[in-house]
Amino acid sequence: MNTASPLQIFIDACLINNFVLAMFLGICPFLGVSAKTETAVRMGAAVCFVMLVSSTCAFGIHRALVAINAPYLHLISYIVVIASAVQLVEMFIKKFSPALFRALGIFLPLITTNCAILGVALFQTNRQYDFVQSLSFALGAGAGFTLALILMSGLRERLELADVSSVVKGAALTLMIAGILSMAFMGFAGMGR
Amino acid sequence: MPERTPPSNMEEFVKGLWRDNPVFVMLLGMCPVLAVTNSVINALAMGAASTFVLVMSSTLVSILRKWIPKQVRIASFILIIATFVTVVEYLIQAISLDIHKALGAFISLIVVNCMILGRAEAFASRNSVGRSMLDALGVGIGFTFACTCLGFVREVLGSGTVAGVQVLPSSFEPWTIMILPGGAFFVLGGWLLLFNWLRERRRNKVGLV
Repeated sequence: MNTASPLQIFIDACLINNFVLAMFLGICPFLGVSAKTETAVRMGAAVCFVMLVSSTCAFGIHRALVAINAPYLHLISYIVVIASAVQLVEMFIKKFSPALFRALGIFLPLITTNCAILGVALFQTNRQYDFVQSLSFALGAGAGFTLALILMSGLRERLELADVSSVVKGAALTLMIAGILSMAFMGFAGMGR
Repeated sequence: MPERTPPSNMEEFVKGLWRDNPVFVMLLGMCPVLAVTNSVINALAMGAASTFVLVMSSTLVSILRKWIPKQVRIASFILIIATFVTVVEYLIQAISLDIHKALGAFISLIVVNCMILGRAEAFASRNSVGRSMLDALGVGIGFTFACTCLGFVREVLGSGTVAGVQVLPSSFEPWTIMILPGGAFFVLGGWLLLFNWLRERRRNKVGLV
């Protein structure tokens, strides 16, 4: 059993081992939808929400699979649950808040193939978190993802106006900036024990 | 759209290596490329595991393509991929515990590598078994090539070794940053820069002629 306090886990997942900048999870949406701050915020919110839902489900599934002694079914059942959770969330939002549904648009279904979501489920199983710990881990990971996305989009909005060589433009420049951001986040390492 | 002659089998195989390289050109499957390439051995293992999953799942998807209904195809593809990833995870655990420990959760995360789902959806579900296999093999080797490129630079600069063998003189001070997360972004950015530059140069040459 893991004994870290929920606050510790939250800070660790959000800042020290930031999901995007230190663990390289969810790089595709990080590079794909970080061009504008507005979409970055919405994407972050959607990912946070799905992370919470799938983390809760994964906790239950893990218990059930341990009970029937079938560890080889972990991966398959997690991915199925995440895909159906995303589908459920999509229908739920569509019914209760059409405005939010329109705002999230295509990002919602794409979350299924976001490795950060599956990452949360797998890591909480590996580290044997209990229910509260799992929840704070999912929240921290979501917050960290959103933070990285917003930081990046702010930088990229500025770069739109900058005059850079055509060779550097695009993915290469974005990756270099991500590298510098990642170095900056290494400064948080001191906050761990 | 002008009518194109269908490419030969050889072309299907070669295009994944260079022209449509999944990492350098299409920017797919970046997460494992960045995360586990801090040494050549890890990069090769990751490439081999991904290639295995890619080839097997493309083959199976292609065999089953007539029986999978359109509405549930994505879910079926993911299930097929997840099955082979579970197989590969147990295989790696049996072959080398060290590599299994080094790659960690990233073996399981092959499931959500968009490159694999992308090939299943864009190619294997529409083409014959043989061609799907060739295509998957080409893309897989292209992916392994890209991983190894990154792993090579990061290992040489970060610890002065290649696959564990010392290549730089011991007076060389290793750049620790290359092993750390930041270095992964820098090296991949650098490779993309190089490819952009090569492409630009070729385009300029064609323009002059």
